Amino acid sequence: MSKSRIEARFAALKAEGRAAFVPYVMAGDPDAATALAILKGLPGAGADLIEVGFPFSDPMAEGPPIQRAAQRALSKGMTLQGTLDQVRAFREGDQTTPVILMGYTNPLITWGLEAFARDASAAGVDGLIIVDTPPEESGPLADACDAHDISLIRLATPTSDDARLKVVVARTSGFVYYVSVAGVTGVKEADAEAVAPQVARVRRASGLPVAVGFGIKTPERAAAIARVADAVVVGSALVDEVAEAVALNEDVTARVLSKVAALAKAVRLARQDLATV
Amino acid sequence: MNAPNTAQPAIPNDYAAYPDARGRFGDYGGQYVPETLMPLVHDLDAAYAAAKADEGFQAELADYLIHYVGRPSPLYFAARLTEHFGGAKIYLKREELNHTGSHKINNCMGQILLAMRMGKTRIIAETGAGQHGVATATVCARFGLPCIVYMGAVDVERQKPNVFRMNLLGAEVRPVTSGSATLKDAMNEALRDWVTNVHDTYYLIGTAAGMHPYPAMVRDFQAIIGRETRAQILEMEGRLPDAVVACVGGGSNAIGLFHPFLNDEGVKIIGVEAAGSGLDSGRHAAAINGGRPGVLHGNLTYLLQDREGQIEEAHSISAGLDYPGIGPEHSWLHDVGRATYLSATDAESLDAFMLLSKLEGILPAIETAHALARIGDIAKDVGKGGIVVLNLSGRGDKDVNTVAAHLGRTI
Ligand SMILES: Cc1ncc(COP(=O)(O)O)c(C=O)c1O
Repeated sequence: MSKSRIEARFAALKAEGRAAFVPYVMAGDPDAATALAILKGLPGAGADLIEVGFPFSDPMAEGPPIQRAAQRALSKGMTLQGTLDQVRAFREGDQTTPVILMGYTNPLITWGLEAFARDASAAGVDGLIIVDTPPEESGPLADACDAHDISLIRLATPTSDDARLKVVVARTSGFVYYVSVAGVTGVKEADAEAVAPQVARVRRASGLPVAVGFGIKTPERAAAIARVADAVVVGSALVDEVAEAVALNEDVTARVLSKVAALAKAVRLARQDLATV
Repeated sequence: MNAPNTAQPAIPNDYAAYPDARGRFGDYGGQYVPETLMPLVHDLDAAYAAAKADEGFQAELADYLIHYVGRPSPLYFAARLTEHFGGAKIYLKREELNHTGSHKINNCMGQILLAMRMGKTRIIAETGAGQHGVATATVCARFGLPCIVYMGAVDVERQKPNVFRMNLLGAEVRPVTSGSATLKDAMNEALRDWVTNVHDTYYLIGTAAGMHPYPAMVRDFQAIIGRETRAQILEMEGRLPDAVVACVGGGSNAIGLFHPFLNDEGVKIIGVEAAGSGLDSGRHAAAINGGRPGVLHGNLTYLLQDREGQIEEAHSISAGLDYPGIGPEHSWLHDVGRATYLSATDAESLDAFMLLSKLEGILPAIETAHALARIGDIAKDVGKGGIVVLNLSGRGDKDVNTVAAHLGRTI
């Protein structure tokens, strides 16, 4: 069921002739109840797939926005169990939108990889992205994911040459995540012109859809990437909306979902614009 | 292998044969880094292997260690300290006499030559006490390379003289305010810099931790300590010591002393971790004595962490030991039973600091003082007629403000 949720979604989007919009939100940010309200509202606001970050104390590949989001979530007591509870609650109302968990390996090792894959699958998780587990270290994780029908999604980067890409895409499924800038999340901006040939290269090497993320903040940039990639991921810009709404004492859910709607709309219209110009 | 075995791990025939090709010491070690860094880490591994096998590289390094660092460092018989405890003869390996005042420069000299060989033009480092930062800034000044040192904001505050020394040497010190604002956060920030500046930057890690090949490479560069000690004690006493002892933060001075003795069954190997306010207080930095295996900063090793696998802050009077992890080789030596890891509290270390100052006229680094806090027990345990060697990893001048504050004095 799980892997096929991702495959079905990309097949449907291909038929529609458009890219997916993939918001990244941090589980439990700014608190569990609000985060769940956001999660439940995402498909309605235009999310095609959802990435849910699970917080870690030392996120070495994240820039300040996601570091702070993780700190907010941890300070409110969010855990890996809490993250799975959120996904389970989301699944009660949505059986079709794929959910991918993204984070770091130590909480998973603490849980036990095999047990975690089983419990995540039961909660309705479709894929895992573990930032600090490259192919060299991911054998046991890949086994656990295979046993429980979860896609282990790998990252390709500007530093991946052709030989490296072969290693990266082995034992991966669902899609490949292309990290569009050498850097941490939420700092440098992705350049659609530089990204296009890289996406094509990753697609050729993997035979899978390619999502692009790290460094996409505005609807304009999202649209530009949507013309060349199969999916557009936005994370830092969304967690910044959470921070901003909390600081201004605004309705966090409404603020985040309106940003999601604007980004999703830009992605939906991106290729239509292209057809008319 | 992700999670460590609960079964008793195998005892190796040859300790020098580790890590294996995957960068593992038993289960520990590995390369848990973001994909962007993987090609760089592989490049580094290959470049280091080539340099290690290159006689020209080794000769150049040896030359700088003699004429710039001031090696070999003396092995000194501490007569009054020995007399004070009334047990085994205590020898001190005088790493505090190296240029810049600690063992850190041994590793920095090796890595800076490697960085230049690799054509890197920008050097970054993390530092806790500031000793590694100073040593890195020093070699960068010597070879004319720009140097950026990440340092926790808390450590910037408690190690001000070293911050100023780094500035004098031309380095830029970037205070890190994320997390606990200490050494682990400085390391996170250095890794983030490396991921962002992959084309020209060399990350000069200061301890035998992090992703492969750093634990092995830093150990190799520090193993000069143990090789010299071995030759010196054979010369002075005609036999090997009964025990070798060192403080353990990330574990570089310790593994440097230990490694050349690992295959000598008769030599006890003893590391001393920082117990902060006490192992039971929850405020300490003793990864082996108070933690369990997990993944941080690229390797599987013993870590301070909560039930959820979130990393916990370390606490120690010593900025250089204030780290929630430990190098993977130490985790393995502990599990296979080859090494023993004791601990010393802040208070015990302060007492040891004063004792060595008064008895031998040597102000030890507060890091080193942790090993000194256990040396009396060890010397008595080994007994009269025995020989123990303690690695005097650094000088205490940088710590006089900290010590004064704990004595309730202002200077
Ligand atoms: C003098 C001295 N000894 C020991 C240490 C601890 O590091 P390691 O365990 O890598 O030797 C430090 C770290 O700053 C230090 O300055």
